[in-house]
Amino acid sequence: MLLEAKDLRKRFGGLHAVGGVDLAVGEREIVGLIGPNGSGKSTLLSLLMGIHRMDGGTIRIGKTDITGWPPHKIARSGISMMFQHSRPLLQQTVLENVLLALLPDRMFNFRFSPELVTRARGILAQVQLAEAADRLPGELAFADLRRLELAKTLAAQPKLMLLDEPFAGLSAKEVREFSVLIRAMREEGRSVVLVDHNVKGVQALVDRMVAMSSGTKIADDRPDHVLADEQVRRVYLGSRESSAAVATAEVRSEPILEIADLSVQYGKATALDKVALTAQRGAVTAIVGLNGAGKSTLFHAVCRLVQSSGTIRFGGQAVADRPDQIARSGIVLCPEKRELFGDMTVFENLRMGGSHLAAPDFRQRLDFVETLFPRLAERSKQNARTLSGGEQQQLAIGRALMMKPKLLLIDEPTLGLAPVVLDLISETIERLRASGELSLFIAEQNVTFALRHANSIHLLEQGQIVWSGPTHRFADEVGHKVL
Amino acid sequence: MDDLTVSSPSPLRRLSVPTSGVAWLAVPCLIALPFVGISEYAIGIFTLGLFFAVYAMGWDLLFGYAGEPNFGATFLIGVGAYSAAMLNSNGIAPPWICILAGAAMSVAAGVLLALPALRLRGPYFGLVTLVAVLILRQLIILFSHQTGGEIGIAVPEVLALSPIANYEIALGCAIVSAGVFIIVARSPFGLILQAIGQDPLNAQAMGFSSVKYKLAAFCYSALFSGLAGALMTFYMGTASLNIFVDAAVGVQIIIAAIIGGRRTIIGPAIGGVFLIVLGEYMRPFGRLSELVVAVVALLVLLFLPNGLLGLVKLKRRAH
Repeated sequence: MLLEAKDLRKRFGGLHAVGGVDLAVGEREIVGLIGPNGSGKSTLLSLLMGIHRMDGGTIRIGKTDITGWPPHKIARSGISMMFQHSRPLLQQTVLENVLLALLPDRMFNFRFSPELVTRARGILAQVQLAEAADRLPGELAFADLRRLELAKTLAAQPKLMLLDEPFAGLSAKEVREFSVLIRAMREEGRSVVLVDHNVKGVQALVDRMVAMSSGTKIADDRPDHVLADEQVRRVYLGSRESSAAVATAEVRSEPILEIADLSVQYGKATALDKVALTAQRGAVTAIVGLNGAGKSTLFHAVCRLVQSSGTIRFGGQAVADRPDQIARSGIVLCPEKRELFGDMTVFENLRMGGSHLAAPDFRQRLDFVETLFPRLAERSKQNARTLSGGEQQQLAIGRALMMKPKLLLIDEPTLGLAPVVLDLISETIERLRASGELSLFIAEQNVTFALRHANSIHLLEQGQIVWSGPTHRFADEVGHKVL
Repeated sequence: MDDLTVSSPSPLRRLSVPTSGVAWLAVPCLIALPFVGISEYAIGIFTLGLFFAVYAMGWDLLFGYAGEPNFGATFLIGVGAYSAAMLNSNGIAPPWICILAGAAMSVAAGVLLALPALRLRGPYFGLVTLVAVLILRQLIILFSHQTGGEIGIAVPEVLALSPIANYEIALGCAIVSAGVFIIVARSPFGLILQAIGQDPLNAQAMGFSSVKYKLAAFCYSALFSGLAGALMTFYMGTASLNIFVDAAVGVQIIIAAIIGGRRTIIGPAIGGVFLIVLGEYMRPFGRLSELVVAVVALLVLLFLPNGLLGLVKLKRRAH
């Protein structure tokens, strides 16, 4: 075995990001690491690269024990990593960016040897970027920037390459081209671990697939076996019974949120492409899709946290221009990362949410939230950072509720939560629905969860709505797309 | 920029600051400057400006390249200045030895400060450097018998008497500093330093130990700041707190570097001279001059975040 990692553990506060995972990678092997957002895939890669300090476990590469080594030493021992979000040096040419990755870790090195330059050009040719060598990264198309990152990763002549979401933001054609490059790495004798949400996309590429959920490994086998695995299917889609058990009727009421022609660009990448959808008053609406499909961007656009074009109407009127005005008008976002004030107590977090309320109003609102989440009342004096993952999610929702939303946008309510905690969040959603006070719009990667609660569902793929309809038709009509 | 399409043995021309050609032309002009009939008073101002240019360049290596804001530039300058002054006033060593010792002391003090501070993340490095200035100031006041305290310490000897000779010494210091800083910034070392400044995690994952490079950058900065500080002490004939160990002077250095254009080395040098000359020109207006300097800095920050040289670069690229 080239890489042997045993019992890797990593906690972030109350969250077990990686809880005792074993991972082995053989010579010339491509391993795909799959799992929903927040399942711990990226954290696992970071542990292998030494970027996070591990809470437990051992890592060996070949015969060398690299447990606890700093990243720069690990990088020199044959592992290299391509980050999901990394920026090249913009003032330097493409060639210089690759040269950087070729440099030895020596301080008294004041010239670039011609031999390094030749090697850098060779690596660029390998990823089909030779033409662009003397251009600046800012002039490159998005896919070529990814090639540049791959070139940097290759520069160290690694035995093992860790690729975090190499296909994110690429078109289907570009994904195929990239896959060819990755296979070529294997032919050269390298091994690859790649993380991806696009399960279909990596199925043909990888020799072995490892599925993760809530920080643990739930499957490790040939791709077709993993995809047929009952537990894996449940994590992604949910079994038929549970979705059948949901009796959420289609709600016929006037729309509270109407979106038309909404587009968002991030530099060269199109995050949302002419999205049109509505959410009904008093209902639970869900938007589902893989990570990177544009769900969070949609919520951010509604709250005007990102620049967008198109129209957004809330309760029949165009939404305000500034995020704070939008929040006051009744659209409140409960963000994916929760963004709690970690060093403040639970009570202080809630008070921040209700800071605009008069004292009696505040008291009443607090009662509402604390009845909804008795755990928050119990832990009122505890620092938010020390809460468990599920409690943090409750607090995030609770804080959003303090702002008296008419429409609550919850981005990935189940992100990184253990199955037991899911029930708690499920219950919360149902109680909020029953309270009749507000409409809910949830973005979910966990389709099971969305199916259980939503009255209607929108499926987002690469920034476009590809299906909209009532929940009961979802599984039959597009269920196959999700896994 | 067209020459880049020709596959040249040196692929790094693009790294170069657009002014580099102009800069080499500027050197003989600068050497000749005091002989074109400007007043001794003006020569004196330019001499101070050149020392200031060195401080600003040293600051730029740390912030522009390594991404670490040093609010304690005057800690390094002050150690150099006071070390040289104390050695000379006690009759221990002749001026040139004092100056070299000042530069060496500045590096030593810089390492002592940076070793723990560079391990901190986020804004803490900057805060530590700021505190270092305050501590040095208090130490100098506390040991006033040796250091002259708040009055300052007189340096009995001089390097040269004529203003022209002093100017040429300061110019020599500035040219050597600029040369070394530019070589360092454009070398593999400088490239790694920029990568660390921009994305430390990524740089580490490429196999570079970030603390090592930042520490080295701090040492280069300390060496020339200390050297210029010591030279300036001999030029002024005295080392005093308000000139050499003052956080406000540190802020002026930052303003000079940002007006000139960060991550260009030459830009901050121009900014340094500009700021001193502007300050002198505005001196008759008293307090108003400080306000004008601050407003200029604010305008540059708001509208030209890459400084004056950044503007030149942008224009070049557009063509």
